[in-house]
Amino acid sequence: MDNQFIISETLPFCKGCGHATVSKSTEKALQKLELNPTDVILVTDIGCHGIIDKAFATHTVHGLHGRSVALGSGISAGLNNPDKKVIVFVGDGGATIGMQHLIDASHNGFNMTVVIHNNMLYGMTGGQPSEFTPEGFKTPTLPEGAQHPGYDICSLATQAGASYVRRITAIGDISEELAEAFSRKGFSLLEIMEICPSYGVKSNPGLKLKQLVKDAGIEIKIYVDKEQKAFQTQEMSNTPELLTPKLNIEKKFEAKLEKPIRMFLSGSAGEGVQSAAELFIRAGMKSGLHVTKKGSYPVTVGVGFSASHLILSPDEILYSGSPQPDVMIVTSADGLKFARKQIEKLSEDKILFIDESLEKPETKAQLISMPLRKEAGARNAMIFALFHYLQKEEFMPMETLKEVFGESKISGNKKLKELVESSF
Amino acid sequence: MQALTDGSRLMTEALVKAGADVFIGYPITPANLLYAYSKNRFKTFLAAPDEITTLQWMSGFSISGKLPVTATSFPGFALMLESINMAYMMELPMVIVLVQRLGPSTGTATCGAQGDLSLLSGMLSGGYSIPVIATSNAHDCWTLADKAIKTANRLRTPVILLTSKEEAMTQFSFDLDLLESIAPVERKFHTSEEPYIPYKRDDDEIPEFLPVSTNKHQVRITASTHNEKGILEGITPAALKNTLKINEKIEKNLASYLFYELDEHPHAETLLVSWGVTANATREAAMELRKNGTPVSFFLPKTLLPLADVYAEILNRYKKIVFAEENHPGQLKKLIYGFKTPSHVHAVNKIGQMIDPQEIIEEVKKHG
Ligand SMILES: Cc1ncc(C[n+]2csc(CCOP(=O)(O)OP(=O)(O)O)c2C)c(N)n1
Ligand code: SF4
Repeated sequence: MDNQFIISETLPFCKGCGHATVSKSTEKALQKLELNPTDVILVTDIGCHGIIDKAFATHTVHGLHGRSVALGSGISAGLNNPDKKVIVFVGDGGATIGMQHLIDASHNGFNMTVVIHNNMLYGMTGGQPSEFTPEGFKTPTLPEGAQHPGYDICSLATQAGASYVRRITAIGDISEELAEAFSRKGFSLLEIMEICPSYGVKSNPGLKLKQLVKDAGIEIKIYVDKEQKAFQTQEMSNTPELLTPKLNIEKKFEAKLEKPIRMFLSGSAGEGVQSAAELFIRAGMKSGLHVTKKGSYPVTVGVGFSASHLILSPDEILYSGSPQPDVMIVTSADGLKFARKQIEKLSEDKILFIDESLEKPETKAQLISMPLRKEAGARNAMIFALFHYLQKEEFMPMETLKEVFGESKISGNKKLKELVESSF
Repeated sequence: MQALTDGSRLMTEALVKAGADVFIGYPITPANLLYAYSKNRFKTFLAAPDEITTLQWMSGFSISGKLPVTATSFPGFALMLESINMAYMMELPMVIVLVQRLGPSTGTATCGAQGDLSLLSGMLSGGYSIPVIATSNAHDCWTLADKAIKTANRLRTPVILLTSKEEAMTQFSFDLDLLESIAPVERKFHTSEEPYIPYKRDDDEIPEFLPVSTNKHQVRITASTHNEKGILEGITPAALKNTLKINEKIEKNLASYLFYELDEHPHAETLLVSWGVTANATREAAMELRKNGTPVSFFLPKTLLPLADVYAEILNRYKKIVFAEENHPGQLKKLIYGFKTPSHVHAVNKIGQMIDPQEIIEEVKKHG
């Protein structure tokens, strides 16, 4: 039979290298399956086995050491076409450094076949041991032999959900086994035990693959042959646009503001600080102001402080930092702790609203202490404070904030709604 | 139409409108908003198990003819580096949004920074450049996201869209009517009957693309040093030539993705220079200085890599230059002047907080 898939006269491997057995049998296996070379995508890793790509007439992709399985996964998901055959050639070295990708591909069930060329050492770099090196197996850099048995990638892949997993030895014609693996839907894995004559045999004189595999207790068998759910790439059409008229906040009121106001709101996580801040700037926008809002919270957003920096301005806001707020509102102990440094820096012309339950921090600012938590409840203390602040400063109509409040979810709280209506 | 929005929303929508069709991501603050918006907006969204996989999957999608996007921050970007080198060498179109946060290392996830420019300038082994385009305001989040996609596609290359925490996460009022409409990218693949040569270049040094989804011609893609046929060759003249041609492609086409803002005052002797998140403070500082009788010009490069000759021409016109960057060594300044800053060049540098326009004004005044 003429070669259809391997177009090179010679293979780039040392004499007797197991990689040649795999390549030659791959030619036969693909012919058996009657595949068109350009319906096959051969993805090769870095290692001796990987330089085979130039000999193949298939599409070929040659990437990084250890990443071929992830790259093949991406190609498979990108093609989203089970009629295309993605085959990955990787060594035991690549399978070691890229183990995560093997587990992941098994788990996701990408349509592809991974062929691990397990010669129990790193061939290309001079015969160092991999995590697949069997106990007692020697390599040029490990003359004392490996201390532990190698990984059982077949068990791992099976556990992770591969459809087909099998371990064989690279002895004679292995095209039947390769063809079987290639023909399976979803993710299939074939681990092929091989010998590297240049380093493996040199370090373990008289080495016989069959005997070694037997002595090391490496099982030659089919681990699983059961179709699992294969990966399908979801392609949604007409996904909802992110910039829609729904975002429009129409100007309805007139603000009376000559220069920007910078605000620093500080309270506790879960107490509605961010939503109150957002309502306030929405009201600003309804009054024709430009606004910015920045949230600050610890990495664990559910505990500790929650703070928000706001700017409301009659002109376009360029610089959105707020080194010196004009007003600070503190509604909780967490908030006070977070804001304390900033409070100390406030000058006489600034305002500090603080809940009356909190200790009064030292400040030059005008301090306004109020029973915010007591009257509105902890969860609504911030929005209540913002109503008070607006009542005092009057730089936009109270109607604006009331309207935005009325349209928001928090106005569903009847008690709060009544309190707002009776107070402002 | 006034909307309350943020840079991540503008970028995501622009990327999709420009024709990006898959978002692959691994969560990281401050890039999470891009991830969240992309989940429902992109035609295809994949949650990868780590950032190396992210870049490998993206490369796989790109090889299959798709235009992939991801968004990350330094810790994730660091994991992507080897794979970005791979995608550069394979000449795969894709866009990586890098949202800067305070480093080194994990640093502070919720604090902004402009700390990654030096890394970007040296991220390719060999010292070549990948186009790096940085947003300097809300409007850029829209236009430059579009340009990033178009550039990646036309040049067959990964493109970095550089932004930062404050730009990606701060909410602001914005007039959506200011946004130009974005036309979807036109993808041109090899169509002729002639055999496909994957790295054969046109006059602009750009190789034609053909995804592996087609079966008329063989496609070879490789990250190892290769000739124009995509065959690994080691250091043959043909292979070395191809390596240099990739860089030539990026340099030669710079005009097609060169973006900067230059506002020159006829009487100015001082030039303010900034980029990214500090650009707005610089604009504001310039306005205020002018209002108070100090004529200054300002220059905000947006295409940061490769650096354009015109940047040198602009800088050379001024007797006094003040750089403002939210990083300590002054990374753009260093990129331009090397390790020794000339005596007429000054800088405002800071970490942990945005630079205040007042700090820039003070620096200008200090040097009279
Ligand atoms: C990230 C990275 N680390 C290390 C290397 C060096 N390297 C090249 S091939 C190889 C190991 C090859 O062994 P294996 O995957 O088993 O393939 P073989 O050569 O035995 O066929 C290593 C470590 C590399 N190319 N990339
Ligand atoms: S060094 Fe070993 S693995 Fe590499 S080609 Fe030679 S025999 Fe094969």
